[in-house]
Amino acid sequence: MSLRFTVNGVDREFAGDGEMPLLWYLRDHARLTGTKFGCGNGICGACTVLVDGAAQRSCVVPVSAVAGRSVTTIEGLGESGLHAVQKAWLEEDVAQCGYCQAGQIMAAVALLEKTPDPAPADIDSITNLCRCGTYVRIRRAIARAARDLSK
Amino acid sequence: MNALQFAVTRRAFLQSSLTASGGLLLVPVFSRLATAEEASVSPPNPFGLFLRIEPDNRVFIGARGAEIGQGVKTSLPMIIADELDAAWADVTVEQLPLAIDYSGATPQWKYGPQGAGGSTSIPDAWADLRQVGAQARWLIRQAAAAQWSIPHDDVATRDGHAIHPDGRRVAYGGLLAAAAAMTLPAEPVPMKAPAEYRIIGRPQRVVDAGDIVTGRARYGIDVYEPGAFTAVMLRCPYFDGDIASYEDSAARAVPGVRAVVVVPGPKPGEPITANLATGIAVVAEDTWSALKGRAALKVEWTRGPFAAESSAVLDAQCSELLARTGQVVHNDGDFDAARTGAARTVQARYRQPYVSHAPLEPENAFVHVMAERARVIGPLQQPAGASRAVHLVTGIPRPAISVDMVRSGGGFGRKLTNDFVAEAALISKATGLPIKLLWTRSDDLQHDFFRPFGHHELIATLDVDDRVTGWTHRLASASKYYRRPNMQPEGLWEAELYPDDFPAKLVPNYRLEWHSVQSGMTRGSWRAPAHTANAFVVQSFLDEIAAATGQDPLRLRLAMLGEDREFDYAQHGGPKFSTARLRTVLERVAAGIDWGRTLPRGRGLGIAAHFTFGGYAAHAMEVEVSPRGDLAIHRVICAIDCGQPVNPLGINAQMQGGTIDGLSTALNLEISIKDGRVVEGNFNDYPLATMAQMPRDIEVIIVDSTESPAGCGEMGIPTAAPALANAIFAASGVRIRNLPMRDQLVQALK
Repeated sequence: MSLRFTVNGVDREFAGDGEMPLLWYLRDHARLTGTKFGCGNGICGACTVLVDGAAQRSCVVPVSAVAGRSVTTIEGLGESGLHAVQKAWLEEDVAQCGYCQAGQIMAAVALLEKTPDPAPADIDSITNLCRCGTYVRIRRAIARAARDLSK
Repeated sequence: MNALQFAVTRRAFLQSSLTASGGLLLVPVFSRLATAEEASVSPPNPFGLFLRIEPDNRVFIGARGAEIGQGVKTSLPMIIADELDAAWADVTVEQLPLAIDYSGATPQWKYGPQGAGGSTSIPDAWADLRQVGAQARWLIRQAAAAQWSIPHDDVATRDGHAIHPDGRRVAYGGLLAAAAAMTLPAEPVPMKAPAEYRIIGRPQRVVDAGDIVTGRARYGIDVYEPGAFTAVMLRCPYFDGDIASYEDSAARAVPGVRAVVVVPGPKPGEPITANLATGIAVVAEDTWSALKGRAALKVEWTRGPFAAESSAVLDAQCSELLARTGQVVHNDGDFDAARTGAARTVQARYRQPYVSHAPLEPENAFVHVMAERARVIGPLQQPAGASRAVHLVTGIPRPAISVDMVRSGGGFGRKLTNDFVAEAALISKATGLPIKLLWTRSDDLQHDFFRPFGHHELIATLDVDDRVTGWTHRLASASKYYRRPNMQPEGLWEAELYPDDFPAKLVPNYRLEWHSVQSGMTRGSWRAPAHTANAFVVQSFLDEIAAATGQDPLRLRLAMLGEDREFDYAQHGGPKFSTARLRTVLERVAAGIDWGRTLPRGRGLGIAAHFTFGGYAAHAMEVEVSPRGDLAIHRVICAIDCGQPVNPLGINAQMQGGTIDGLSTALNLEISIKDGRVVEGNFNDYPLATMAQMPRDIEVIIVDSTESPAGCGEMGIPTAAPALANAIFAASGVRIRNLPMRDQLVQALK
């Protein structure tokens, strides 16, 4: 029996192993490679996607768990131009190697959905790892995006 | 970092030609030689464009460097574009493949050095790439001069246009055919004075940022070549262990698994030139099948010659070694005499753990070994080394090995070694399949070329006026040169102590000693290699001297630096070390943090400065330590003098990132050993700092300079940890000498 769900608004069907982590479905099968592999244990957050709007570590979410649900990846963010969070990331020149940034952006989008005017302590709740150490600029970008979204 | 060394002659010239579409193509020919290692081989790459100007005035600049997050894909093209006087908005940057020209008697880099290590990309590029841009601009001006019948020198340029003295302008794109017909002078053409820079020194954002924030940027892991299979490996976890027996029928039965092959490792104790451990590879149609296949392998390992090794055993070994005189590797004056006559001595021991690079993108590579050629695509810090590794394990001549570079999700020195490329080549050769090899996080933390472990003992002698008269630094460490080819035991120390580092030549009786620690761990270059260990030790010890003698830590440093001078500096980053430039960064951060002010109880300031690979950096921090030992870092200021700043935004990023790397590593990180294998296996027990654990702001001061530029990928790290340790001492009276710090503050204040 195949699994049905949507990715970035497109209907998808998957007949393979339902235990496959969503991350590997997205990368190997849907070829949406913006979502990255970093730890495989749900710690680093490089694989963060939105499932029904909530941030999830896709490396520990089996495909079977998203049956009937709606998945958004970095590629599906801001379908009509860039999302405010992506724009803020450009304005603050956040990226160094850039590898974790798709996950960081998805985590920030989810945070701002719940907390439109985040205090520094709210931003602290994002536990995505950045090995290059871009945290200072991530903070600024989230604050900037919050300002832009409230306009 | 002993990356690539070159016989350099400072001259590059361009060959120009018109493309089919009417564009002007400029390919530089470097009259510099490749390394002796490169000289034994030869590559075959389709030499792509280096600099191309289109009739519509768009400028395409090839990025020769390996982009690992240090920003060279932005900064190196900036150097060309400035001398060309292009408008940066018209520039598109394209990644170049590895290109070495083997047609002549001596192999030559087609585009100049392409590796990333030792913060050399910018200094290596500075003269050559400016000349590339300047020569292209010279051709354009020559063409405009001919068109307008005026002297060459009367043609000005700006933002991609040639400008007549009467104000007429013509776009470069309109001069291409004429420019291509011009002949460059035999000698290098004049270049801009610093005051004329319009792109260099101005903040430019990461050129790939648009692709990064939309998920389109392509990293090694994103290489999905048609027909490629995914491989993962199970490697022997024991240092120099081997396969005793294995059973792979369950693995082969996993749907999607195509092959299981044994990948032999290096012989115990012998130099590591290719892969670093014996293992078994599972090759499958996709990643999940490969991982399931690997989980189904049953392997018994032999524990190898280091089965008794543990972190505690290494600590004991170091304690024993430090009790006696080591190999004296540097000796000024007579320390023993200074000690005899000293009014006072200060002595302390420090410990540096093994740490792992842990780039967020784990090691991976696509390799296809065919009958007479091979293809490599990967996130590489040393693409030439990748070509060499594939040659070594397949016998395919290097001219028949193509190497393409994609963005790398961090490097930090891990991808200087091409062991993972060698593995992919071995698997592809054994199976005949195009292979994308992927390492998992546990693979990465368990099998690395780790930053060396060591214990340091420092002794300072002081005269009656509390001036430092003698200094010894006795280090027992596991050298990073372990198992490096062609390395003699008596030279192992050279990776561990840099004799011309501060306070060399500033203390009359100055002795460095080294002991070799026996350990089975594979070691290598971790961002700013020995500088991270030695700056922590030296800059902490200075504060211990200051505390013991009642001196202000900043004043002590300034007094030791003394009057402004330059000293010879023979290690990487020389040829000179300037006390004035180190003094300046110290003074800048001290002023920034308002050094010397009175602080509330529980708060303290710390400072540290160090010279790393040609760059001068300092940190000052303000911290608070609660009565029960909770640490809060309230303020962090760093300063860098890296010579002429090329991209201030990039420098800012490197300094902030280096600071966080230094703090995260000092606070939390250690790779420990038990029963001859690494204990840690993921980010739960190798806890890189999260955003909440790091300072909310890091202020960066970039010192104005027109000196020849240094890189800055490594300068931000070495002084972060000692500034923190010194601030903690000032706030709490607790001196932390053993890294990582973890809960030592809480324990000390119990």
